[in-house]
Amino acid sequence: MSKVKASIVGASGYTGGELLRLLLFHPNVEVVQATSESYTGKFVYKVHPNLRKSTMLKFISTNELEPCDILFLCLPHNSSQKRIDEFKNLAPRIIDLSADFRLKDSAEYEKWYGHKHSRPDLLNKFIYGIPELHRKEMKKANYISSAGCNATASILGLYPLFKNGLVEEDRTVIEVKAGSSEGGNKVNEGSHHPERSGVVRSYMPTQHRHSAEILQELSFVKKINVHFSATAIDIVRGLLATCHVFLKENLQEKDIWKVYREAYGNEPFIRIVKESEGIYRYPEPKLLIGTNFCDIGFKKDEFSNRLVVISAIDNLMKGAAGQALQAFNLMYGFDERTGLEFPGLHPI
Amino acid sequence: MTTECPVCGAQVELKEGTVVGELIECPDCGTELEVVSLDPPTVNEAPQEEEDWGE
Repeated sequence: MSKVKASIVGASGYTGGELLRLLLFHPNVEVVQATSESYTGKFVYKVHPNLRKSTMLKFISTNELEPCDILFLCLPHNSSQKRIDEFKNLAPRIIDLSADFRLKDSAEYEKWYGHKHSRPDLLNKFIYGIPELHRKEMKKANYISSAGCNATASILGLYPLFKNGLVEEDRTVIEVKAGSSEGGNKVNEGSHHPERSGVVRSYMPTQHRHSAEILQELSFVKKINVHFSATAIDIVRGLLATCHVFLKENLQEKDIWKVYREAYGNEPFIRIVKESEGIYRYPEPKLLIGTNFCDIGFKKDEFSNRLVVISAIDNLMKGAAGQALQAFNLMYGFDERTGLEFPGLHPI
Repeated sequence: MTTECPVCGAQVELKEGTVVGELIECPDCGTELEVVSLDPPTVNEAPQEEEDWGE
């Protein structure tokens, strides 16, 4: 079987680099082109030094893109939607890793992103990119919009509870602690090492845009509400979502175990991590660096109906490039785990 | 021969030759379990040594 010819648009960023790392070693993929306007003509490894001796690919300008089987779009938000027709003419299949096509409702997009969507007619053409929720649609899809990292951890952590109507719809609080790579590779005063190092920075206590994805994907019988906050901490990769929900009935932990086992028992990239001994009793982002796993744990408050759900991922993997590759595998009928088998490192 | 983990509800297999008092681990939640009966097969959560996780 001939290899799928894939190109990456916006390959000099962290997400693009991570996708390159994965695709270069995927047995069914040939990476044909990688674009960067800032680094046109330069070897890819000059920007992504971990890829030295893995590829002699050079960045090209987007204007030089040739037709291929699939395009991965790793552009800044609000870029893909403006050039989507150009990209659709180049490839029959597209996976967009930006936020441009994640929301189905253009009014919601405008509310959270502060401007009108350029192509609202296409919002329903893209499948929202969490395979555990949309596997069936992905197998037939030509267009997938990869989910946000904070949203992925939050949604996967809470999905079994909302899907089964077990928690109050209006009282969910999610606090995400995130690493610096979530902010991309563009420097600013806040990312300057003396300023960024050692911080516990409340950078988005309310109104985080990923809230919109969480509301969209976890509203089943009625529209739910979530109260989401994000804090930047002193790690490069990884995020931990601590979610507080209130159970409608007084379920015991054994019941919660059953709910999660039923939802995720056969999922290749979800692990329930809740142990009563050892050092890593609950999900720990550092153990997930470079992996496509989402680890989920929980603890019921003995004195109330509060359930705390803890969810961890590598934001560049399950929160971006890894999840996009998982979606790609589904699109093409490959084993979902292909190219994503790395189990992580310990100690790290 | 299987029984249910008292912590997470997973099915836990008691292999042939298992004896009362033996310690096994639940494959799902990792809890250490003590076999307290073979007929019917029953396990209890084994006593844990307390660790100081407070700060």
